[in-house]
Amino acid sequence: MTISPTPKRRRGSRAERRFALMFLLPTLALIGIFRIYPLLRGFWLSFTDTNGLGQGSYIGAENYIRAVTDPNFQASIVNTLLLLATLPIWIMLPMLLAILIHQGVPGGRMFRAVYFLPAVLSSVIVGSIFNVVLRYDGSLNAALGAIGIDAVDWLGGSATALGSLIAVQLWSTFGMSVLIFMSGLSTVPDDIIEAARIDGATFWQRLFLIIIPSLRPIIEFVAVVTTIGVLTSMFGLIYVLTGGGPGTATTMPEFLIWLEQGKLNRPGYAAAISMILFLMMAGVATAQVRIMSRNARV
Amino acid sequence: MTLKSLLIATTTFMATGALAQEITVWDWKSGDPVTAAYFDSAKAAFEAAHPGATVNFVVQPHDQYYTLLGTALASGEAPDVLLLHGGAQTTTRADALVNLTDMAGGFGGLDAFSMEGQTYALPLTIQGFVIYYNRARYTEAGLDPNAPPQTYDDLIAACDAIIAAGAVPCFAMGNKEGFGGEFAATLATANSFTPDDYAAWTAGTMPWTDPKVRAIVELWVDGATRGWYQDGANSTAKFMDEYESFMRGEAAHTVGLLSDVAHWKQFDEFLGAENVGAFAFPTPGTEVARLPFAGGIGWGVTAGSDQQELALDLVRILTDGEREAIFAIDTGALPANSAVDTSALSSPTLTTILGLMSSVPAGMPHAVLNPVVLEEWKRQSQTLLNGETTVDDVIAAMEATRLANPQ
Repeated sequence: MTISPTPKRRRGSRAERRFALMFLLPTLALIGIFRIYPLLRGFWLSFTDTNGLGQGSYIGAENYIRAVTDPNFQASIVNTLLLLATLPIWIMLPMLLAILIHQGVPGGRMFRAVYFLPAVLSSVIVGSIFNVVLRYDGSLNAALGAIGIDAVDWLGGSATALGSLIAVQLWSTFGMSVLIFMSGLSTVPDDIIEAARIDGATFWQRLFLIIIPSLRPIIEFVAVVTTIGVLTSMFGLIYVLTGGGPGTATTMPEFLIWLEQGKLNRPGYAAAISMILFLMMAGVATAQVRIMSRNARV
Repeated sequence: MTLKSLLIATTTFMATGALAQEITVWDWKSGDPVTAAYFDSAKAAFEAAHPGATVNFVVQPHDQYYTLLGTALASGEAPDVLLLHGGAQTTTRADALVNLTDMAGGFGGLDAFSMEGQTYALPLTIQGFVIYYNRARYTEAGLDPNAPPQTYDDLIAACDAIIAAGAVPCFAMGNKEGFGGEFAATLATANSFTPDDYAAWTAGTMPWTDPKVRAIVELWVDGATRGWYQDGANSTAKFMDEYESFMRGEAAHTVGLLSDVAHWKQFDEFLGAENVGAFAFPTPGTEVARLPFAGGIGWGVTAGSDQQELALDLVRILTDGEREAIFAIDTGALPANSAVDTSALSSPTLTTILGLMSSVPAGMPHAVLNPVVLEEWKRQSQTLLNGETTVDDVIAAMEATRLANPQ
């Protein structure tokens, strides 16, 4: 048998290419106007001292130097790293819950719906709900008081504020990860699991030797999506629950960008922080593309 | 309809629109039913004076106001007239505002809207800080409600008695957004700042190591150390959790406002006028407790407006005696226009406040502080309340921030 060489991809006639370009143009225009232009504009602003009222003057890398030496920006990066350090929880918790539901625990469908419900609420609504729960005179402290535990200032104490924020964000978003894991679990071949069961494999052996390795592409996908999510979608919760405080305990780069732009009227500096955040996100996105490409070949 | 007639109709419609002369106004007040008569009156007076011209008041969300305004100014889409807070919110935008110095006669509180002797907005109200107290709580603690503290030692004694009574904290305190600390910056300096100090502070040349500035940090810590504030102050919003707490009678004092938010009126309504009192905050080492106040909110005209004459006339109407009287009587705010008769506003608390304003006036140093420095102080005030830092460390951090951010 002879294998014919892979035929060269047809590029089509000039008319076809023009026709294809016509279809692409609206999307390219939208990306250009709403993505590329603001990005380039922000890049330029980050090298100026504009106060938003004019073009400002070119000041070189001064805004970037300021960012590196700004204790508030440094604190926001430390908070981001602390947040990322909790990533295993963001992955393990929904994965374990998805596995339990997949294993057919009683009421699994109800749990799936209940877990997903917070994902449809806006962060401001979630923040308002947990503001009532977590404030010093809130319901959580009332419940703790009922069993003799002293009240804790969950949102006002530096030791607890970031953890509280992470817990609320986790609560509001893990339902989506559960669904993703459940769809991944449906691709794990039942016959392999059944064969392992017949061979005497315990639940934990099946979990760690078959199910989790099979879920590796899903785990990587959830890790990347969750990382992007927590880096870019915490603003609403921070705004409602803590305002970035106490001190800088819950200040994240995106909140600092808003503060510098909206309250302190320093769009140039805000643009510099935005560029740094963009580079961080670009790094994550690059990793995402590589992981997706690798998994596509699996 | 032919294409030709459609074009004619469209052109006619657009020309009519252009001739209609609409003045666009941005504010965060016109959606409040209490202020409806003020805005309706201004609109009617303006449109009667300028047939064919209309006013469109656009309400913007208060907490996003300056973010939206910054975007609008940067993109050249700003309104013709805009409502502004006094202090840095006006002066940092002076380049984008019309100079109103020639129209500024007869107003109090102009400093908050002026920079280098030039005025960029005409004040609608006066804002200030006063200590409101619950007279019933004083009586319960064995204090004379008719003899509020005159000195810092008096205040310490009063708070000791209130804390000993055990029912409520001495002060309701909300510092979730750092406003408690912000207000304290003015309370701690209003009694001690001389005109020279005020000028140096405004210019950003007064160091945080100066004893008069250092007092901001020390006074804030002193109140916390003495247990004056309720637990959880850093997760309590000043607006409105702190004030609601005071209105429920759950605290003996609160640092309240005289401004477009008329606390004397709100507190009178909730607690009963007979249960509310007011005094100026006394500070250690100063003989007189002064009442700090400045221009509150005011109206400006954007330099980019292509209808400046009309816009200027609208601002003139929005701040004339007749309009400011309507606003004052309906909201309880104190008017900035000296032509307004405030006799229709009556309350024992307000009488006390007006007396303090005329007898022991002071400026509001926090309002002219560099916004970056003020924001840093808000952060530091939170960590101080939590006991996570020291006075000396905060002084060093604040001085570093001042030096890095000249006025």
